[in-house]
Order: sequence, then C-alpha cells, then structure tokens
Amino acid sequence: MDLYLPIANMSVNALVIVALGLFVGLLSGMFGVGGGFLTTPLLIIYGIPPTVAAASSASQVTGASVSGVFAHLQRRGVDFQMGGLMVAGGFVGSGVGAWIFRILQRTGQIDTVIAVIYVLMLGWIGSTMARESIQYILAARGGAPPPARKRRHHPLVAALPLRMRFYRSGLYVSPLAPLLLGFGVGILTILLGVGGGFILVPAMIYLLGMATQVVVGTSLFQTLFVTAWATMVHATTTKAVDIVLAVLLLIGSVTGAQLGARFAARVKPEYLRLALAVLVLLVGLRIAIGLGWRPDEIYSVELS
Amino acid sequence: MSAPLLLGQSKPASKPVLVPDVSQRQIEIAYSFTGADLLLFGAILYPGGRLPDDDAPTDIVVVVKGPTQSILVREKEKIAGIWVNASRLRYRSAPSFYGMVSSRPINQVVDGRTRAIYELGLDSLQLSPASSAPQDEQDRFARGLVDLKRRSGLYYEQPNAVEISDGVLYRARVNIPARVPVGRFTAETFLIRDRHILAVATKDIDIRKSGFERFVARSAQRSSIAYGLVAVALSVLFGWSAGYIARRV
Repeated sequence: MDLYLPIANMSVNALVIVALGLFVGLLSGMFGVGGGFLTTPLLIIYGIPPTVAAASSASQVTGASVSGVFAHLQRRGVDFQMGGLMVAGGFVGSGVGAWIFRILQRTGQIDTVIAVIYVLMLGWIGSTMARESIQYILAARGGAPPPARKRRHHPLVAALPLRMRFYRSGLYVSPLAPLLLGFGVGILTILLGVGGGFILVPAMIYLLGMATQVVVGTSLFQTLFVTAWATMVHATTTKAVDIVLAVLLLIGSVTGAQLGARFAARVKPEYLRLALAVLVLLVGLRIAIGLGWRPDEIYSVELS
Repeated sequence: MSAPLLLGQSKPASKPVLVPDVSQRQIEIAYSFTGADLLLFGAILYPGGRLPDDDAPTDIVVVVKGPTQSILVREKEKIAGIWVNASRLRYRSAPSFYGMVSSRPINQVVDGRTRAIYELGLDSLQLSPASSAPQDEQDRFARGLVDLKRRSGLYYEQPNAVEISDGVLYRARVNIPARVPVGRFTAETFLIRDRHILAVATKDIDIRKSGFERFVARSAQRSSIAYGLVAVALSVLFGWSAGYIARRV
C-alpha cells in the first residue's frame, strides 16, 4: 500500500512503516522506553531523509509515552517535583540542542556526531545494564537472596550544592542534578529524535539513586513534555515534521506498546533488562561498525 | 537555451520541424503518487512532406529536466579510523531530475562537443561549481554526484528507448520517480541526422502537489505553529485512546 509523504517528498509502503512502529512499540511497551533510538535509525535505513526522520519520530515517542504516563499517574508513580525540574531543564536543553544542530548541519558533521554519541551512550548504558542484570540472575540462580540494590546517588551528584527533599523519590539531593540531567537529555532529544528514556531511566537509577517505583513514570512524564516540545521546535525551525509519517508510526507504536506492556507483565524483569541491554549493545555495535566501514555512499547531497 | 532559434515555424521550409506532445502537461501529486510515466510523442515534418532519400539514420533524443537546485555535495574520507565528511563543493544550479532517452546510444548519435553544448548525457552535464576547485576535484565530485543521483533513480539515460515509426512518428517513455521535487519540468526533443541537430522542441510539464498533500505541505510552511500543535495533539490523542481502549478490552 503506497502512500506519498508530503513533507519527506517520497512515497513509502504504509504497511512497512506501520509494522516498524509496531515493532518499536512492542519494545517500548516491554521495556518502558520510548523507542526513538530505534525509530530514527530504522527510518533512515528505509530511505527517509535524516532530518524528517528525527523530526517525525519525536511525535511517535510522545504518543508512546502518553498512555504510560496515565497508567503511572494512577499508581502514584510520578514524582512531579523531579519531573518538573527535568522538563524545565529539557526545554532549555532542546533550545541549545537546536542551536548545536544548526552548527553541525552547516559544517556537515551532524551524521558523524549523532553516530558517535549513539555509540558512546549505547555502549555505556548497555554494558552497565547487562552487568547488573547478569549479577542479579546469577545470584538468584545460586539460591542466594538477590543482592539488595544499593540505592545511593553518585558522588558527583552528592557534590552539587543546594539540597532539597524529593518525597516521592525518597531523595535529598540538589535540584541542580535533575535540571542538568533534563538539560542533557533535552539536547539529545533534538539531536537524535529520541525521547531519552533509555538514558534517563538508567541515569535516574544509577546516578540519582531514585526509588525504582517512580523511575519509569517520572521518565515518561519528562519524555512526554520534552518530545512534544521538540516536535514544536522542529515544526517551527526545520519544518521537517511529516504528519502523515507520524500518524503511520503512531498507529503501529501505540498498538505495539499495549501488546508489549501485557507481555512484559508475564516475564521476569531481570531477564527483560538483560534483553534490553543486549538490544542496546547490538544497536550500538551496528553503528560503531558503520563508522569504520567504508560507506556505500561516499558522497552526499543536501539542498543549500 | 539556444533551442528556440532552431525551431521556428516561420523559417523557410528547408529544415524539418518537430511537432511534439506529451501525455501529461501537469502531474498532480496525491496520496497515492508513486511516480509517473510520461509519454513523449510527436511527428517529424519534413519540408515538402518528403523523407530524405539518403540512408543516414534519423535519431530522436528526449531530455527531461527537473527544476534546478542549489546543492552542496560532501565527500567522506577516512580520518582517524572513521568515515567523516571532509571536502565539499557547492553547485548553484544542478538539475533535480535528468532523464535522457534516445533512439540509439548517444555517443553514436552526436559528437562530444555537441553533447557538451546541449547537455546530452550524464557525462556532459554542465554542473557549474560555485567555487573554483581544481579540475580533477571538480570531475571527482561531478562523478560522485551523478552516480549518487543515478542510483536513486533521479538521473538516468536510456539508449534505444525511442521508437521511430516510418521515419516520421516517434514515441518515448520517461519515468518520473516519486522523489522528484515539485516545480516546472522541461522536456526537450532533439531531431538529429548525420551528427547534426536539425530541430529542437520544448514542452513544459508542471509537477505539483494537490489536495491533502498540498494542504499539508503548505500548512507546514506557512502556519508552522498550528501545524506543530496539531502534530502534538494527534500524538497525545493516539496514545491516550490506545491506552483507553486497552483498559476496556
């Protein structure tokens, strides 16, 4: 079923895009991440111009996070204080991100920078998660009680001035920590078209040491607002948001997210986390290989 | 450029004249657009209605060009183990689409000089770079650009794709892929005999978005804030309703 995308200026097979959304949605429902880190590269591989891919997949992440936020709200799983600070940081970060995006675009290094950031980030997060979940699984197999997760924030976070109490997260830390975290993720949201859940969730667990029951809800809360904002930024600056593409992705991903969430309820979380770690490492590895391999296209064309 | 000089019905009837037509003067891009097949056809009118009696072959070459674009071509190089964009070259006016069909391979039809003048063939495109790079670098970039565009179907040449019946009627088919930009396309038809261009005729084809596609593209440009809000609202609505349905089922 061919459909013409009015902003990307090309025709695509609508079913392929919906299936892509469904696949990403399944993963996001299972692992509680937005899935933008997969949508953007997959769309680029399909042949969608990179700017349109990044701009349009942000709105898919918004859609995927909405139902999650509602579900977590009912369970009191959102720390509004923490989330609000992260959103504030995210708005500023996306402004800075848009500025960096323009500079990199002008010098032609945007693709390389995106790929390098992906490799570093996915490598770090993937290996951290894999190590933790393997330790956990091994301990559980050995019959020993699973090691109690030390809920401690990183020394860097403890060094920040001005502390305040976050009741739902069970933390007494500087508000600068969530602000900076939100800021960094905001930059990445614009640059990579990702929601940042795959960075935010581990960062909240391993850097801030937040109570796990509010981590996913708060991350989704931040993702919802920052991706919605990123869509606005792209719509007004790059004008590359393809609404037809976004709707196709949404149809697939919201359906997939619900199926994925049901599936996740039946699997042990540590295995789920290990699977996500493997997936993250594979994507990172694929991009790393792509950087060193001789590319198919030595030349690239852009309108000027 | 100099094409109309050669055409001209008012000239003394010593040279043949081309009467071209095209199956579609206007191509509308709608939701189901996957590209278009243009049929370019017409007649060759010889003075006095007599076909020339020598046995030199008559050839027809049709060139369809898309609107020109100002583009920046970048070249990747391996630096410190990874492939990054290194050098670049800007072109002020490169055709966004170039399709050439001919009745025989172009190098058998005309010589290199004529090809360069009329831009007949992918190796004869006059891609004027905006900066004065050394010749070998210009050639390298031009080859890279043409190769890239050819693989995406935006540049191509097809020999033996023009049919000439009884020496007077010709027909050619040119495929316009879905990726072309909107704007005015030109189809130039060349009548060539004995390595000389005897007649040239030009037809314009307008490609534009219609209906919903036109509306979307225009809203994205002109009312970008409203467009962004609609995109956000749609994603919230989709996400929320999926969650709502899933809770009921």
